[in-house]
Amino acid sequence: MTFSPELEKRIEKLLASYPSNRRKSALIPMLMYAQDETGYVTRELVEEVARRIGIPPVQVDEVVTFYTMLWRKPRGKYHVQVCTNISCLLTGGEELYEHTCKKLGLGHRETAADGVFSLEEVECMGACSWAPAVQINYDFYHHVTPEKLDQLIDDLKKVH
Amino acid sequence: MVNLTINGIAVQAPPGTLVIDAAKKAGIEIPAFCYYEGYSLQAACRMCLVEVEKMPKLQTACTLPVGEGMVVRTEAAAVVKARKTTLEFLLTNHPLDCPVCDKGGECELQDMVFRYGAGESRFTELKHHVDEKQWSPVVFYDAPRCILCYRCVRVCDEGMGVGALGVVNRGVLSEIAPSHGDHLECDECGACIDICPVGALTSGTYRYQTRPWEMQHVGTTCTFCADGCKTTLGIRNEKIVRGNNRDQSGINGEFLCVKGRYAFDFQEHPGRLTAPLMRINGKLEEVSWSKALAAVAAKFSEVKSRGGQFGVIGSTKTSNEENFFLQKFARQGLGTANIDHRRSGDIVTLIDALAGKTDALGSVQDAYLMKASLVVGTDLAQEHPLLAFQLRANFRHHDSHTYTVAAGPVREDSYSVAQVRAAAGEEMAGVESLRDRLAKEPELLVLFGASVKGEALRKLVAFVGSLGIAKVKYICLMDYSNSRGAMDMGLLPDLGPGYKPVSAAGLALPDMMASTGLDVLWIVGANPLARHELKSTGAFVVVQEMFLTETAARADVVLPASSAYEKGGTVTSGTGEVQRLHSAAKTMGAKPDLEIMGLIAKEMKLNLGIWANANVFEEIRREVRGYNIPLPTIATGQAVQTSPLNGRVAVASRPDLIQPAGNTLFTSGSLGKYSKKLTSVMEYPGALYKPQY
Ligand code: SF4
Ligand code: SF4
Ligand code: SF4
Ligand code: FES
Ligand code: FES
Repeated sequence: MTFSPELEKRIEKLLASYPSNRRKSALIPMLMYAQDETGYVTRELVEEVARRIGIPPVQVDEVVTFYTMLWRKPRGKYHVQVCTNISCLLTGGEELYEHTCKKLGLGHRETAADGVFSLEEVECMGACSWAPAVQINYDFYHHVTPEKLDQLIDDLKKVH
Repeated sequence: MVNLTINGIAVQAPPGTLVIDAAKKAGIEIPAFCYYEGYSLQAACRMCLVEVEKMPKLQTACTLPVGEGMVVRTEAAAVVKARKTTLEFLLTNHPLDCPVCDKGGECELQDMVFRYGAGESRFTELKHHVDEKQWSPVVFYDAPRCILCYRCVRVCDEGMGVGALGVVNRGVLSEIAPSHGDHLECDECGACIDICPVGALTSGTYRYQTRPWEMQHVGTTCTFCADGCKTTLGIRNEKIVRGNNRDQSGINGEFLCVKGRYAFDFQEHPGRLTAPLMRINGKLEEVSWSKALAAVAAKFSEVKSRGGQFGVIGSTKTSNEENFFLQKFARQGLGTANIDHRRSGDIVTLIDALAGKTDALGSVQDAYLMKASLVVGTDLAQEHPLLAFQLRANFRHHDSHTYTVAAGPVREDSYSVAQVRAAAGEEMAGVESLRDRLAKEPELLVLFGASVKGEALRKLVAFVGSLGIAKVKYICLMDYSNSRGAMDMGLLPDLGPGYKPVSAAGLALPDMMASTGLDVLWIVGANPLARHELKSTGAFVVVQEMFLTETAARADVVLPASSAYEKGGTVTSGTGEVQRLHSAAKTMGAKPDLEIMGLIAKEMKLNLGIWANANVFEEIRREVRGYNIPLPTIATGQAVQTSPLNGRVAVASRPDLIQPAGNTLFTSGSLGKYSKKLTSVMEYPGALYKPQY
């Protein structure tokens, strides 16, 4: 499996930062970086990562199936994550999540047929001070209201 | 020594001992699921909780090292309650289908619930169910029964060096997953099934065949390779339904490879010969035993009386008693020195090269204990699964050093301290390149394959001898369950039992096949026609066989022989360890080779002694150097290593006669082909295994 030159460089740097008998530690960041490029964790990617780290593929599966931030099916171009953990819950996170479901026509960990949006209800993402919070790909949005969210989605639809 | 008290009893243990082990030594059992001696600690099941004074919470005895002055209670009220709760929790989603589960009756979860468990559960939710999955023809997984102890994961990764199992998902959805998403690609050894405390992993040969208490158990020796694993065959209604070694006796502990564990079904292959065959009008036809034996005896007597030529070929799978009796029959009964078998290791040259050295032959135990090993010219994990397992365990437990010199890559590379690539027959340069590192080792076990023979072997011994290592031992790797025994018993044209040179040497196997002057060729349990052409076209060929092999198909008389699992006697493993065979099943119509030979002798009115295993073995003990071993030891299912002749073997070395079968983990010469299970796994060469889900 080949990656882009940028990703190759990142992986190289990553692998070099652990002692050779502790290369397993590179597993999660390596999967995250690769997932950003491939969209999700394919079987091929699992085997490739296993090969590069030098562990049996099933040990990669263990990690991929454990962490919800690793996806085993395609996500949308814009992956919308709505927090419903305690701080956000107290400030309307749950209503916001339900609103987003309706707006996108998607449920938890679902991806739209056209591949533009996917939705996920997430636990605390460390943005409690600005709850309720939403994360789209790697960008954070604070004090989100249903109106703000509609605006955001509509804007993204336009640029898409 | 550390002093502590467990349940009021004063206990002493070396520092680092785990409380669970210290308690066991003191006769106190702490229940455990995930703890398994020899594998890494997991602390996954919480069954071993104990109360320790001054520690605020209950502790897992399986990970807690003993401490000076520690006061441990294993039956305190809090512990009893914790165990009950742990079991209640483990049963949350457990189907409790014990009445149909393979493990029922020998299940650790059943035993624990019986002893420590709660009678009722507070959970009222629906149980989470997942359907059973088939991962390979021999491995099935039933997730709801799984208690997630990780034993299977560890035995596969650490024990086998395969790492084909993992735990996927989390929480209540956690389950074991196979190497390739939906199926296994692995050694198919079944160690994971064996070690599973519950009925979550089940085997393709045994599942739903019987209840454990309906079986009889027969401990015998695996017939597939020279490593000589002890295997306990489970018998139900005279049918072998299971192979394992759960009692951990024998040189292999609980280890078995795919062949030892599953390939026993060759024994009931429909191709088994059940009646003697005689060539009548050019065609092999079934005849009675008396007719066949009379014909063989008449021919043998006639050829003997007119001074005709005999050729006798023995087997590497028949017992010591049979091999001894066969060479005696040939030499004394027929008056021929033309006797041989297919050799797979140059033990003769090794013994000669080691003349004068004592205690120089390694055992299976040595592979686990010696500080360093040099593996030359073999793919050990493929060809000698038990020895490979021992070396791996040695590395895990004692940090031993392994050096590989092989055409490679080989599995041992992953933990060896040096990996040298060398083509077969050219290993010496590779070995020499390791000189400085090897010389620093305090002990060395040298394991070498068939490509190291004759002069190359002498060079290897001389080189290793020159390094000044205090303790050196050798293992000459061979093919089959009794390859070594065939050599020791003197199935050789120039050496009698115990490597005693004979006065006039006879023809070696290829020379017999190439000779045009044989009047009789008698083959016991071998298949030389698969590799050689028989040039004596007029020879009368007598074959004792289980199947209609290439050789049997050419015979004039075929006498159906019992398999190794259907008779008694002894075999000698490649490392020279003698073990007993015990009859586990029967094939109607077939007879053990020893009995067949005895009956021929009787028919010929020859007096070759009583042909009962015990009597022949007595003779072996008297005649064959090194075999004067304590009988009670082998009678109780243990192995005794023989030490053969310590001195020169005055014969010309014939490295050209060393012709190993080149078996892999999934093949065993002519025999493996007859196992349905062995040939069904996708790793078997040529098998078209398609997962069915
Ligand atoms: S059969 Fe053996 S090699 Fe395969 S998964 Fe089980 S333990 Fe591992
Ligand atoms: S399958 Fe058996 S050995 Fe493996 S984790 Fe489950 S209970 Fe333990
Ligand atoms: S390693 Fe050899 S003796 Fe042991 S089970 Fe496998 S084939 Fe049989
Ligand atoms: S609870 Fe939503 S970001 Fe912390
Ligand atoms: S045996 Fe100690 S936690 Fe499982």
